[in-house]
Amino acid sequence: MADKRSSAGNMLEDPVYLEIVQQLRPHAQATANISPDTIILTDLGMDSLAIMDFVFDLEDALDLTIPEHRISEVKSISDLVDAVYKLQEGA
Amino acid sequence: MAIFDKFKALNDVHEQLKSVGQSPSSLLFDEIISPTEAVLNGRRTILLGTNNYLGLTFDDASIEKGIEALRGQGTGTTGSRIANGSYDGHKELERELAEFYGMKDAILYSTGYMANLGAIGTLAGRDDYLLIDADSHASIHDACKLSDAQVIRFRHNDPVNLAKKLERLADKPGEKLIVIESIYSMLGDTSPLKEMIAVKNKYGASLLIDEAHSLGVMGANGRGLCELAGVEDEIEFVTGTFSKSIGTIGGFLISNVPGLDIVRLASRPYMFTASLPPSVVATARQALSRVPGATELRTKLWDNATQLYAGLKNAGFDLGPQVSPIVAIRMQNPQKAVALWNGLLEAGLYTNLALPPATPSGWFLLRSSISAAHSSQQIALAVELCTRIGRELGLIPCPLTQGASVEMMNVGTRRKEASEDTSIDKDEAMAQA
Repeated sequence: MADKRSSAGNMLEDPVYLEIVQQLRPHAQATANISPDTIILTDLGMDSLAIMDFVFDLEDALDLTIPEHRISEVKSISDLVDAVYKLQEGA
Repeated sequence: MAIFDKFKALNDVHEQLKSVGQSPSSLLFDEIISPTEAVLNGRRTILLGTNNYLGLTFDDASIEKGIEALRGQGTGTTGSRIANGSYDGHKELERELAEFYGMKDAILYSTGYMANLGAIGTLAGRDDYLLIDADSHASIHDACKLSDAQVIRFRHNDPVNLAKKLERLADKPGEKLIVIESIYSMLGDTSPLKEMIAVKNKYGASLLIDEAHSLGVMGANGRGLCELAGVEDEIEFVTGTFSKSIGTIGGFLISNVPGLDIVRLASRPYMFTASLPPSVVATARQALSRVPGATELRTKLWDNATQLYAGLKNAGFDLGPQVSPIVAIRMQNPQKAVALWNGLLEAGLYTNLALPPATPSGWFLLRSSISAAHSSQQIALAVELCTRIGRELGLIPCPLTQGASVEMMNVGTRRKEASEDTSIDKDEAMAQA
């Protein structure tokens, strides 16, 4: 799965990043600015329940499970992209 | 002091609540009169939020047993059973619990919270998986923190989502323990147990169910949702509490899985806290002995629940999905939720105010819990007060305000719908009772 990852510096075209952004939109504040450096907990106007719902939607979209400890390690969207690739690689 | 700075947001909410009325965490009852009445700020108040489902807190026989144990064995055990040994009552209560549930073994804990902490936190180890419902009680989330297992959430009451999660774990070694609750404490909705068990069996997982809110409440003998659903033989672990229907404090883990006893030596919440005092054990034993035969109390409890649910629904409130001894009014406006709770308190009705993130879907909840000890007059008064204050706050429609003619035209239809809904709810509730 690692070969699907876009080269460094091209996060905006990365398929996992784009999927995350698509799944975030319904949960985030309409005016929220979403970028790879966006901090999910503080920059999107989402409370812990909204984040949980977003994670469920993302899991369905990517057909994978994100365990609790992985979620707690994630701060920015680019952290989440990395976490998804690691999970897809079975790490 | 800087060490408290991290609590600023929490403190702000608390101060805001206090600035507009009472704060739920600061309430001080002057006197407890009965299972359903207390004096609060000098005013006689109906208790509609104490989880006292069977109304046994003032049961004469339980009180006498408690006094007898106090006089005979003292006020406390002053240590854990690992360090200080067990009293006869601890072993007897465990034997009686196992017999009540028809299971092999039982382990007592000092609270229901600690039963979940001790059971879940111990049963799932480093290479195992805990699969928990998204609306789980705080004790289950905290148990996950205590466990070394990987924790995976599934959507609330969603066996399909649970199956997806288990499917992805199919080739992973390690035990998979699913944790659910019989009745969820905020909205009073029940687990789709048979469907959950079908998924559990398909993937070779184990199931732990917390019957905290259903002990004494559901099933012909009061054993809870597993008894009602006829699936007791398919459950690996049950946890529960004495702090609701049993009317005292304490918790337990029950199982048919051979070898449960070893959990005592691995469960830190069992090993490193004082065991239940003899008086508490004695009152719990007495109350538990009443549960199988408490059919009339269960019938009255469900009648009361149906009366409250139907009354509030007919008034126009948005409620949880089904009739239950927990009835929650769902609101989106925090100011109105706080105002309703305060207004009811001032009018002599105590309920629970539940705020996000402790609530599902970010609702602001006015949560009620019903008792068999409530009279139908008390329930009627509760409906009346909620309706009056709910109308004043604009939470529900007021038939006499503007647009009255349209309202009048709709009344017949609405009453018919409400009547139909109520009959369905009543049928479901009676089946459960």
